[in-house]
Amino acid sequence: MRSPSSFNHHLGRRKILGSIALVMFMSSVVVGILGLVVLLAQILFQGLEWLSPELIFNFPSRHPEQAGLKAAIFGTVWLMGLTAAFTVPVGVGAAIYLEEYASENWLTRLIEVNIANLAGVPSIVYGLLGLALFVQWLSMGRSVLAGALTMSLLVLPIVILASREAIKAVPETYRQAAFALGATKWEVVRSVVLPSASPGVLTGIILAMSRAIGETAPVIAISALVYLTFIPQNPLDRFTVLPIQIFNWIARPQEDFRGLAAGGIIVLLIILLSMNALAVFLRNRYQKQSVE
Amino acid sequence: MTETREGLDAPTVPKLFVNEHTASDESNTVIDVNKLDVHYGTFCAVRGVSMKIKENRVTAFIGPSGCGKSTVLRCFNRMNDLIPGARVTGEINFFGQDLYAAEVDPTEMRSRVGMVFQKPNPFPKSIYDNVAFGLKVNGYTGNYPDAVERSLKRAALWGEVKDRLKENALQLSGGQQQRLCIARALAPEPEVLLMDEPASALDPISTLAIEQLINDLCKDVSIIIVTHNMQQAARVSHETAFFMVNDDRAGYLVEFDDTSKIFTNPNDERTEAYITGRFS
Repeated sequence: MRSPSSFNHHLGRRKILGSIALVMFMSSVVVGILGLVVLLAQILFQGLEWLSPELIFNFPSRHPEQAGLKAAIFGTVWLMGLTAAFTVPVGVGAAIYLEEYASENWLTRLIEVNIANLAGVPSIVYGLLGLALFVQWLSMGRSVLAGALTMSLLVLPIVILASREAIKAVPETYRQAAFALGATKWEVVRSVVLPSASPGVLTGIILAMSRAIGETAPVIAISALVYLTFIPQNPLDRFTVLPIQIFNWIARPQEDFRGLAAGGIIVLLIILLSMNALAVFLRNRYQKQSVE
Repeated sequence: MTETREGLDAPTVPKLFVNEHTASDESNTVIDVNKLDVHYGTFCAVRGVSMKIKENRVTAFIGPSGCGKSTVLRCFNRMNDLIPGARVTGEINFFGQDLYAAEVDPTEMRSRVGMVFQKPNPFPKSIYDNVAFGLKVNGYTGNYPDAVERSLKRAALWGEVKDRLKENALQLSGGQQQRLCIARALAPEPEVLLMDEPASALDPISTLAIEQLINDLCKDVSIIIVTHNMQQAARVSHETAFFMVNDDRAGYLVEFDDTSKIFTNPNDERTEAYITGRFS
C-alpha cells in the first residue's frame, strides 16, 4: 500500500524551476533575434537609399554616386559557378566512396576524422595554401580559377560531411531490398541511395555555397584588394567578389562610401537569403517525394 | 489430420486454408542444403544444417530468437555476402547448382530467388517504379506495364492501386506496402520466394491477407517463410523446420518434417516443448 507520507512532491518548487527554465530559453531566442534585427535595421537604414540600378550595373568608381558592384557581382557568379562545378562531383563522390564502398578500417577512420578537422581550419589558411599552390606553383595567377579551386578546398569538407550524413540516413532496408532484386552495387547507389539522400546532399551543397559566397579572407589572399573595371571573360581573368568590394568601400574615409557598403551588404544578403530559400524549397520538394 | 496427441496442446489451427499436401507427394527438390555452417568472424551462427526444400511448397522455419533461421534463409540468396566477415561453408544446391560455386554470380542468382523482408521496405518511389525496379535491373525485354500489372495481380494488390500507380508507395498502408514488396519481389519471376517474418510488423487483417496470398502463390513459386508465429506456420506451410540454439549460441536444425506432423506428433521432444509453449 502506498503511504502518502513517504512522498514529498514539492510541486510548487518544481513548477517554478520549470518556469525559470522557460524564461531563460526564451530570452536566449530574443537575444539572438534582437541582435540580428538591430544589425539588419542599421544596414537597411544606411543602405536603402543607395540601392539603385547604378549600384548593380556600374563598375566601381571614385565617385560614390556612380560606383557600382558590376565587377563584384559577375566575379561572385563566376567564382560560385566554378566552385560548384569542382565541389559537387568531388564532394558527393568522396561521400559515396566513404559511405558505400570503403571498408571500415583505421585508414578510413583517420580520413573521416581529418575531414571533420578540415572543416574547422581558418579560411585564411586555405587562402595562403591557394596562393602558394594554385597562384604560384601551378602558375594560374590571381585568377578566378585559382580562387574557385581554393574556395572548393575550403567548402569540400562541408559537402562531404553533409552528403555522408544524408547517405548514412538512407535506411539499410532499401539497400537490402535492391540487392535482393539482383541490383549491382552501382545500381543500388544510383537508383536507391542517391535519390533518397538527395535532399540532404542538396542542403549540404547550398550551405557550402552560402559559406563560399560570404568568405572574404581566402579571396583577399588570392585576388588581393583590386580595383577592377572589367568582368572576367575566362577562368584565368582577374576577379573580385562582393565581400571584397564591400570591405573596400568601408575602408574609404568618405561617409558616402559607407552607405554604399551598406547597400552592397543588402545585395549580398539578398543573394544569400535567396540561396537558403532555394535550399529549403528543394529539400521540402524532395522530402515530399520520400516521406516516410 | 490434425488430431492432437494426448497431453499435447497443439495451437488451435483455424482451418482457413485447405492444406492439400499429403506426405506421399513426390516433389522436386528446389534447394538441397548439405552440412551448412555459417560463421560471422569467429562466431558460429549456424552449424550443420541439412535439408531438402521442395518445389511449390511452403516451408516454414520456426524456432526461438537467435536460432539462425533468418541466417539460413539469407544463405539462399547470398545476402550474407553483404555482411563483412560472414563465411558460409557446406553446400547449398539450387536446382542442382551449387549456389556458392565460384562461377555463380550472386547478382544474377538473386533475381531467381526473391526476398520479402520483415518490415515493409518499398523504395520511396512510385508504386509502378517499385515493381519495375527488378525488371529494369535484370534487363527485362517484355512489356513493362503488363509485367507490373501481372506482378501486382499476383500479389493481390492490383485492385487497390490500379488507379494510383504513379503515387508514392509510402502512402500505402503497412499491409499494402508489404504486398507491394511481394509484387516487387515477384516481378523478376523468381523460382523461390524467401520471406523473413513478412507479417510480424502488420495488423491481424493484413497478416491474414499475406497468409492467403502465400497460399495462392505457392502454386507456382516455392516459398520459404521464417516466422515467430507458430499458428502462422501451422496455417500456411506444408513443411516446417524447427531450429534451436546451442549453448555456444550456434543455431542448428532440430527437426524438419510435414507441418501436420511437427504440430501434432513431432519426433523430438524439444519440438514438442517449443510448439506447446513449454520452452525453457
